Amino acid sequence: MTPAIEVRQVHKRFGALHALCGIDLEIDTGEFFALLGPNGAGKTTLINIIAGLTLASSGSVRVKGHDVVAEYRKARRMLGVVPQELVFDPFFTVRETLVFQSGYYGIKKNNSWIDEIIHHLDLADKADTNMRSLSGGMKRRVLVAQALVHKPPVIVLDEPTAGVDVELRQALWRFIKQLNRSGHTIVLTTHYLEEAEALCNRVAMLKNGSIVVLDSVRNLISNISGHRIRLRLSPDTLPAALQLLIIGHDQGYYVLAIEEYSQLENVMTALRATQTQVLELQILQPDLEEVFVKIMHGAESLEPASV
Amino acid sequence: MNGFLTLLYKELLRFWKVGFQTVFAPMLSTLLYLLIFSHALEERVQAYPGVTYTVFLIPGLVIMAMLQNAFANSSSSLIQSTVSGNHIFMLLSPLSYQEIFIAYVLASVVRGLVVGLGIYVVTLGFFELPLYSFAWVFAFALMGTALLGALGIIAGIWAEKFEQLAALQNFIVLPLTFLSGVFYTIPSLPPLWQGLSYLNPFFYMVDGFRYGFFRASDVSPYLSLGTLMTCFLAVSWWTLQMLKTGYKIRK
Repeated sequence: MTPAIEVRQVHKRFGALHALCGIDLEIDTGEFFALLGPNGAGKTTLINIIAGLTLASSGSVRVKGHDVVAEYRKARRMLGVVPQELVFDPFFTVRETLVFQSGYYGIKKNNSWIDEIIHHLDLADKADTNMRSLSGGMKRRVLVAQALVHKPPVIVLDEPTAGVDVELRQALWRFIKQLNRSGHTIVLTTHYLEEAEALCNRVAMLKNGSIVVLDSVRNLISNISGHRIRLRLSPDTLPAALQLLIIGHDQGYYVLAIEEYSQLENVMTALRATQTQVLELQILQPDLEEVFVKIMHGAESLEPASV
Repeated sequence: MNGFLTLLYKELLRFWKVGFQTVFAPMLSTLLYLLIFSHALEERVQAYPGVTYTVFLIPGLVIMAMLQNAFANSSSSLIQSTVSGNHIFMLLSPLSYQEIFIAYVLASVVRGLVVGLGIYVVTLGFFELPLYSFAWVFAFALMGTALLGALGIIAGIWAEKFEQLAALQNFIVLPLTFLSGVFYTIPSLPPLWQGLSYLNPFFYMVDGFRYGFFRASDVSPYLSLGTLMTCFLAVSWWTLQMLKTGYKIRK
């Protein structure tokens, strides 16, 4: 089957800045995919190249098999993009905005679908309100609605939940999950790693314009993360044998990294040897955030610490 | 509705929604020019034999307002969208760069024509203005507004800030329109200024437009129309290149 998005050797230079350094990426139809990375890693640049908002310096991108430059009309029909910035046209109402957006795609009678999106995004009360008068959260919903007017099979959301309240965030994800279940491919960027962990099946992590990790969420957490334990000790000193494992010491709690749960035994032995009493012990669940932090702090820390 | 018609309709609705500012304000300022200049100069100047100064002035003021508004329409629409970022909705869509070009130019033409027609109709209530040939009048109105609409696209894309656009408007478009023979005939000028005026494309718009009313002009209307068409083709080519390569808008 044709992949939803195919990125081949994409480079982007802004003057001296090499913003994307040879990105290769294939996202299959029906995936729920996250692009992660710190600010300035190149996520938005990559999305803009996929959307045709930015031209790549070299390399090619296809959306549903259509080249985004040579066959831009076909490619753009396949793609709905929710931009990161809260942009809107202050001259028009919500409904006008959506009617114009469908018109740009040559869709004539789109009222029933527009009504449906308005309903799903809880915009019905505001349908005839000027865009200028909407709150930030409402504007965000309109951006999502605009990306969906032409029923694109591939939907890209660039930080859709930045600055959005909990209720809207949940409503938004419910709707996006529903779209994904009905066959839409979803690509998102977010700084909320728990969102990516809960929603996505695969993630790519970008750093300085390169993909440093591309894997399923499950693999990343089980392979890279290792485990952590959190201890409160009496006396409040960590035996010398365990100093190597320490990754945090905060308010009387030591956080130690271990490769496997079986190594807990070694830790306990070392504590007993120095007659240190364990007041509290927590085993922390590994998560995507931990993976992310490790990867962004350099490839050498990908190796799990050993006792 | 196809994409092109949607964009055109949106651009028309955009200026019509703020018509007080985009249509009635330029009408009012033009009529004030007419009132003041005709009062001050009516007795002193006669441009063409048998044509009073005020009547001579009307076509010039009408086309001047049309040109300025055609330029203002495409340039302000584009800079507002690029500064606020909402131009991406157009860029994300399958609209081609040719469709974008034609829609913006046509919206500029329509705004120019609406403003011009408004001024013309109002002045008809007060003055008797001859109309030699509607075809010439329309041809120059169309070419002039289309040319300024295309120039407005270039300006709107090039300018990154409102003040840059204002500078273009105040230091290039306004002087060129004022010095194009709206208020005088070119042969009445000293030789150096006559020569310079013939290099000003706005002169050909005003002179040809006026020909349609009086059957009198400083140069042949065919020369004027030919010059404008050449300019329009050159500017359109340039504008289309900018849109095609995504200059400044698809960085």
